[in-house]
Amino acid sequence: MSFAYAPAPESRAIVDIAPSYGLFIDGEFTEAADGRVFKTVSPSTEEMLSEVAQAGEADIDRAVKAARKAFGTWSALPGSERAKYLFRIARIVQERSRELAVLETLDNGKPIRETRDADLPLVAAHFFYYAGWADKLDHAGFGASPRPLGVAGQVIPWNFPLLMLAWKIAPALATGNTVVLKPAETTPLSALFFADICRQAGLPKGVVNIVPGYGDAGAALVAHPDVNKVAFTGSTAVGKEIARTVAGTRKKVTLELGGKGANIVFDDAPIDQAVEGIVTGIFFNQGQVCCAGSRLLVQESIQDELLESLKRRLSTLRLGDPLDKNTDIGAINSAEQLTRITALAEQGEAEGAERWSPACELPSSGYWFAPTLFTGVTQAHTIARDEIFGPVLSVLTFRTPEEAVAKANNTQYGLSAGIWTEKGSRILAVASKLRAGVIWSNTFNKFDPTSPFGGYKESGFGREGGRHGLEAYLDV
Amino acid sequence: MSEKSEKSVPTEPRLSVFKTYKLYVGGKFPRSESGRVYEVSDSKGNWLANAPLSSRKDARDAVVAARKAFGAWSGATAYNRGQILYRIAEMLEGRREQFVREVAESEGLSKAKAAAQVDAAIDRWVWYAGWTDKIAQVVGGANPVAGPFFNLSSPEPTGVVAVLAPQESSFLGLVSVIAPVIATGNTAVVIASENAPLPALSLGEVLATSDLPGGVVNVLSGRTAEIAAPLAAHQDVNAIDLTGADEALAKELEIAAADNLKRVLRPQPVDYVATPGIERLTAFLETKTVWHPTGSLGASGSSY
Repeated sequence: MSFAYAPAPESRAIVDIAPSYGLFIDGEFTEAADGRVFKTVSPSTEEMLSEVAQAGEADIDRAVKAARKAFGTWSALPGSERAKYLFRIARIVQERSRELAVLETLDNGKPIRETRDADLPLVAAHFFYYAGWADKLDHAGFGASPRPLGVAGQVIPWNFPLLMLAWKIAPALATGNTVVLKPAETTPLSALFFADICRQAGLPKGVVNIVPGYGDAGAALVAHPDVNKVAFTGSTAVGKEIARTVAGTRKKVTLELGGKGANIVFDDAPIDQAVEGIVTGIFFNQGQVCCAGSRLLVQESIQDELLESLKRRLSTLRLGDPLDKNTDIGAINSAEQLTRITALAEQGEAEGAERWSPACELPSSGYWFAPTLFTGVTQAHTIARDEIFGPVLSVLTFRTPEEAVAKANNTQYGLSAGIWTEKGSRILAVASKLRAGVIWSNTFNKFDPTSPFGGYKESGFGREGGRHGLEAYLDV
Repeated sequence: MSEKSEKSVPTEPRLSVFKTYKLYVGGKFPRSESGRVYEVSDSKGNWLANAPLSSRKDARDAVVAARKAFGAWSGATAYNRGQILYRIAEMLEGRREQFVREVAESEGLSKAKAAAQVDAAIDRWVWYAGWTDKIAQVVGGANPVAGPFFNLSSPEPTGVVAVLAPQESSFLGLVSVIAPVIATGNTAVVIASENAPLPALSLGEVLATSDLPGGVVNVLSGRTAEIAAPLAAHQDVNAIDLTGADEALAKELEIAAADNLKRVLRPQPVDYVATPGIERLTAFLETKTVWHPTGSLGASGSSY
């Protein structure tokens, strides 16, 4: 008897993608000063979705000027009025949630199951959460009347295009700052749709400006002398470059950078739950997650049992059309990213780790990488040290909790970690010794707007989310 | 009999015993490994002492000591750290006269003004002693997540902090930048005021007798720019307080600090006499958020 799944595609008719988009500056869509455009494609089919204006230095300057002009009136608005704008945005996001989920899946390649059930609800939740802060800043613990910083220059990545936008824009607006945001060059569309949401919400012109472009546009934004606050999510290498750029200035900066999260499974862990957590930890969004649990640390005594369960579970994952509601693994975001993942996986093999993937047919067009497991990995292996940012899990073992902690901390990064054990005291003891900003015990990859998120060490500084997330946008 | 003992008391003025000022590293008082010293004089240019002129190697040794001390100090209870910070105030109070003299000579202050600085510094230790077991409640707490999870954010020390003490306020300023760093469980490598390092070097003697574990605070004297450069570039230093740097040096050090994404506290005008806020406490804290399922399935019923 066969239990094959019938196709269950989500209709893309709900999204109307225009053949071309401009930059969103001072409430208007405009062409780039030098007329440059770039194409954005769907990673699952390589189909060209739209042509987008490409911001250059002159455009960044124009956007910063618009944001500066809007700052005076926006920051002078009573918090209760700013709150209402943010509540409007949150509501419109909810209303257009299905449209945005399909759009995000088309432009990013991630499964509709994730955009629909994770990204979009969180986007709305972030706007709701920070909307409520806008008129309560006096009570946030930063003094009696904390002031906004001014113009926030924000650069976001392609792995959660709309969610990262929400993480950046919601607290910035709630605290009275105005925004120039540069989405990633491979995923500009949902940010441009967000510009339309700002229009529907009646947000004053210039408060939010969206300037799609490449790294040069991001660098120009970060370096712009009239930007007061820099917020960046992306690679550690670029984060270091930004830290050098803002050195000696008065710009406040927060950086959310790379990670190499350890997911530690002790011998008393509930195996089936742990396997689900491992899968969520590394295969959520094709592993293109800075806090992914990309290093599995298994207690040696249960290694065989756990790996057997894990391989069995991986064999049930469905890879393919991201718009299919049954799809677990979608496309890799770009050809460039696929090349990087492929090269690192090959290096893992070359260095002697044992590679395994479930039987898995890859679509003939688009950018795809099968879920991959490496066993026999040591701490010296490149795949145990470097962030792969793809669906590749490296498995290491340990014998004692002390060894697990030492191995987990043996990295330049310090963003996330997981702990799986039934013993409460072990959770607390191990959690307190791990040098990471987010620890998930008996769960993984959970996010919430009320919870501070951010890294230790070279995973960056500052926190996004929660009361802590306000500090980055206030003069305190 | 009485005549004899009176005779043995010298009538000419007594020659004082000079103090050889030494560094304070890892709970010990070494000379600079470089064998170098530099002349420290009072505000009128009179020679006061030869202070150690620390080298890069001294800076690296201090980082090793600070790293070694970090585990136990950050792992100590907040209550215990508060007790020890208060103990520092006790020890200082007992040596108040010595510090009044050293501050007066170093900064060219009157006895009364120097005494006010020293008293404020002693009180500052008491102030921060009281913060050790309160800061977590002020900046941490439970987060009301929209799901069946218990989730708690708590502050943790960043690690080894390099501190460029203020140049002008050789003692009150120094205490104002060290106390918040160690109150929260960090360990520190401190570069004393370049021209007025003696109160800082004497503070090392107080710290050594205050139950503060060796290595938690390490005091270096010398040329700020020379010692700060290797600290800003050091891969095992987690944060740097640039208070004692001028604008050009601060920029250079911030660029070097980007190499391992050190937390940087930029120089800013500070009134050291005023009661501080909590900014210097939070500048060297990380926030850790720990999640755990609650076992609650909401409307569908209990699952535990």
